[in-house]
Parts: sequence; C-alpha cells; structure tokens
Amino acid sequence: MAKYLIRRFLQLLVVSFIISVLVFMLVHLLPGDPTVSILGANDTAANRAILLKQLGLNLPLWHQYVIWLNAAFHGNLGTSYLDHESVTHILATGAPVSIELILISQILAFAIAIPLALVVSRKPNRPVDNVSTAATFGLLALPPFVVAPLLVAIFAVGLGWFPATGYVPFTQAPLTNLHDMILPSIAITAGSIAVYFRVLRSDLISTLQQDFITMARSKGLSNRRIMWRHAFRPSSFSLLAVAGINIGSLIAGTFVVELLFTLPGIGYALVQAVEQSDYLVVQGISLVVAIAFVVLQFIIDFIFTIVDPRVVRE
Amino acid sequence: MPDDRELLDTKSSARLLANPLPGTAATDEAILATEETTERDDLLKQKPFGFLFWFAVGFVGVVILSAALANLLPLQNPNFQHYTSLNQGPSAAHWLGTDDLGRDLLARLVFGARVSLIVGFFGVLIGLVVGGTAGLVSGYRGGRLDVALNAVSFIILAFPAIVAVIAIVTFWKATLLHITIILGIATIPLMYRVIRASSLSFAQRDFVVAAKTMGATDSRIVLREILPNVIPVTVTFSLITMAGLIVIEGTLAFLGLSVALPTPSWGNLINEGTSNGALSTDPFIMLWPALAMFLLLWSINLIGDRLRQRFDIREGLL
Repeated sequence: MAKYLIRRFLQLLVVSFIISVLVFMLVHLLPGDPTVSILGANDTAANRAILLKQLGLNLPLWHQYVIWLNAAFHGNLGTSYLDHESVTHILATGAPVSIELILISQILAFAIAIPLALVVSRKPNRPVDNVSTAATFGLLALPPFVVAPLLVAIFAVGLGWFPATGYVPFTQAPLTNLHDMILPSIAITAGSIAVYFRVLRSDLISTLQQDFITMARSKGLSNRRIMWRHAFRPSSFSLLAVAGINIGSLIAGTFVVELLFTLPGIGYALVQAVEQSDYLVVQGISLVVAIAFVVLQFIIDFIFTIVDPRVVRE
Repeated sequence: MPDDRELLDTKSSARLLANPLPGTAATDEAILATEETTERDDLLKQKPFGFLFWFAVGFVGVVILSAALANLLPLQNPNFQHYTSLNQGPSAAHWLGTDDLGRDLLARLVFGARVSLIVGFFGVLIGLVVGGTAGLVSGYRGGRLDVALNAVSFIILAFPAIVAVIAIVTFWKATLLHITIILGIATIPLMYRVIRASSLSFAQRDFVVAAKTMGATDSRIVLREILPNVIPVTVTFSLITMAGLIVIEGTLAFLGLSVALPTPSWGNLINEGTSNGALSTDPFIMLWPALAMFLLLWSINLIGDRLRQRFDIREGLL
C-alpha cells in the first residue's frame, strides 16, 4: 500500500508541477499586453519599459517562472494591482466561504442520495424507483446557473423565506450564516444528488444479486443490517470515485452562486479579477484551485485504499 | 430510466462475477449459450424508445431548426429596443414579453440558442476528431505512444475545466470561436479516454485477431473492424459531453465571461434576468431561457441515456 501511495504521490507532484507551468505560461504566452491593461493604450514606450522591469517581465521566461514559483512557495502569489491586496489574502478570506458552500451541498447530496438509493434498490422498477429515477434524471438538467435564479425567485423574492444576498461569517453569527448559505448550497446540490443516486443505485442493484447477500438473508439478518453493513460498502466505490470527479463541477457551481448571492468567496474574487484583467489574481487563484483539486483527488485515492484495498494490487 | 434489459444485464454480469473461474469447459459453454439467447431475444423484442424519447428528439429538432432558420422566421430583431413597451408580459405583439430595454424575448431566446448549439456541437466535434482518432489508434496499437498519450490525458483532466477556461478568457477575448475552440480542446482528453478504452477492448477480440491473420493492414483493421464497434459508445458519450459543454458555456455566460452582450445566449439571458432586481420586477425574463436550457439539457441527456440502454453500454464505461 505504501508503494502505491508513493507512486500516486509522485504523480501528484508531477501533475502539480505541470499545472504550475501551464498557469504560468497562460499569463505569458497568450496575447494581450499587461502594460496596456495597467497603463492604458496611450502611455509612452519608456513608461512601459519601466513597468516591464518592475514586474520582472523583461527577464527570460524560465527565470521569471523560477522567481514566481519560489515566491509562491513562500506564500507570495503577488498582489492585485488594482487594490494592492495580496492574492494570498484574497484566497484566505474567500476560501472559507467557498469550502462551506461545497461542504453543505455535499452533506445535503449524500443525506438525500444515499438513503434514497438504499430504499429504492431493494425493489427496482417499482413505482417509487421509477419516480426517483426520473426525478433525479431531471435534476441532471438543472445546472446551478439555471436552478439558482429559480430558487431566488421562489424562496427569496416570492416567499421571502431566505435572503437573496448577504453574507455573515460563520464565526460571527453561526445561525444567520447557515440561514444565508442554505439557498446557494441547495442550488449547487441538484446535480450531485442525481449523480450520486444513479451511481449508488445501479451498484447496489448488482451487489444485491451477489451470493453473500443471499447468504446474509438466509442467516435471517434484518434488511436494514444487510443494506448498511453488507451491501453499502462494496457498492460505494464508484460513488466515492464519482464524488471526486464531481468536485470539478462543484467549483463551477460555487462561482455561479457566489456571484448571484454576492457571497465573498474565491469564485466571486476570480470573476471580479477577470473582468478587471487583474492577471496576477487570476493566475494565483487558478493555480491554488487547480492544485487543491488535484490534492483532493489524491486524498480520495487514499480513502479508496482503505475502503477497497484491492486497488493497491492493480 | 431502468428497464428489464438493464436488470437482465446486471443479473448476467453478476452471475459471471460470481463465477469468475468457471470450472469446466461445459459451464463456460453454458454461460456463453445463455448469453447468446438473451442477446437474440433482446434483438427480437427490442423495446420501443417510447414517447419521452421522441418528445426529446422533437424538442432538440425544433431548437436546432429555429436557431438555424432564425433569420428567415418572422421574428423581431433580437437587439431592437421597443421603447414604448418595456418590461411587458406575454402579448400578441411579443409572445414571451419584452425585457427592461424593450427587446423581444422570443427573438432573443431563439437567437440565443445558436451559441449553446454551436459550442456544444463544434466543441464535441473538435474533441471527436482529435481525441477520438488518437484514442482509436492508441487503444489499438498500445505501446509507448499509448502510455504517453494516456499520461498526457490524465494530466489535462486533472485540471478543473472551468478554472482553465476562465483563466484563458481573461487573456483571450471571449468570442464564440474562441470559446468553442477552448471547450473543444478541453473535450479532447475525455473523448480520447472513452474511445481508447473501447478500442482497447475490441482490439483483443477474435474478429480483430482473425483480420490480422488474414493479413489486413492496420488502417483497415482500425477503420473497418474497430471503428464501427466503437461508434455506439462514441455517439452516447458525445451526447452527454455535448450537454456538459452547453452547461460550461452557460455558466461562463452567466458569469459574464462568454460571448459579449448584446449578442444573446441562454446563459447571459438568464444573467440579465437576475441583475438589476429583474427577479422581483419581471421574473419571466429569466424564466424562459432557464426553461429552454432545462428542456434542452434534459432532452440531450435523455436521448443519450436511451441510446446507451439500446446499445447496451454499461454506465461505468462512460
């Protein structure tokens, strides 16, 4: 197992390195002159040259990369040239909001999808199963940018149950914070519920055909015990894998709801930075989000080795 | 949607799993025999696609036709501002009403479909041509090329697509062409992986070995033996990916990072319907594109899912 994890960890390092090169190159190879976006199109060539030197953009690319990476390792991803806030600070204030959104939405998704799949898979193709399967299929077609405005129109504007915008940190007022976060979290949950339910349901149905389940039944174990203790674990591998892949679309979801509900998360900061061509902020956020994503995949692989030791033998 | 076929399949695969090492040749043959009969039975009594499937096909057809023929249809100019009728509800003059600038919502909706459809279709096409070709060859040939391409595809997939796309449009003007190209490139490794896996499994089948023995050239084997077998997976996966690309473009447009206004797209129409308090004054502005987007995604997913069942592709493969 150690060997497997070491191999995966080396892969993680390689992928992170390549991500850092790509993110770095992105800023430097794509068309668009940073001096134009900072100084405007009408400044003199001399001023541009000075700015290039200040930004270190006159050095060879590899040298710039080494300087940038070294600074990044020291927690310095540069500063926004608009409000002179450091990128690290932007990330540190934004991350709790985005992570909270993802956490709540995932708890909701699992809390709905897992029990539903457990109930339905015992008797597939009955009305309850057909309705749940059709309903979750509909959820797949509700990306956050479609469902979030609908939720706001119904529950915030129409019924007035939840605020349409606003954010209070959890540490200041936990209850208000959760109340504010419910609607945006639900908006990014829809797709996850559908994906998790479908994967777990189909795996459970095939697990329940296996001999060891018949064995457990013949021992007279209760249905609940069979479902949770015997059927759930061997059926949860694809669920876990899919949950890892799903994080990618959740990131996109947080961007949407942070903008719509004006929550001061990472996505909100990123979209603002893009609109103002604040390229160091875009670069820093892209780098950190991408690496966080890769690290998360690694953690999920690690959990995999515990839940299903067979993967190590591959 | 589950059906008896799916259940049958899980049963037969569960049976095979339960007997990973069938003791004698006889049991082997017995299993093969039952497999064959179920296959033949299935072919004989293939279930019809059903009403929902044809409804979905019809809806996608209507969207494609109206978007393609939008210039010929008796629609108003999607960007013309009727100053005398701002924020109107549905009426005879404006079937879906007007927005806060007095633009006809039906016209904007129909013209807006173009962006989603173009990005979805051509994005997948780029992925198919490049990634699909690479996957076919790489799965069939194996060897160092396969290992290298495989590793590259893993690395690209490790990057969350939305972040990459957002980062790129910061520096590269977000036009329809650029967005389509970026999303097409993002699709390449996905297409590569799915088609490679499928091609790999067929490359070891008897009919390929037979073709090789008969002296068929590699290109003949790939094009005539493997490609036709890979098509079902490709079609199904292309549809699912198309829905995914439409979602990414919609998300970008909602964030104001896709095709610039005033060009309508469903994503930026939804965005317009949520900004400046429009949700409380006139929720219809947002409702129509949201409904259209939901129906389009639902239809594409449903068509893909029904084809997957018909072609008998396990969900895990995708």
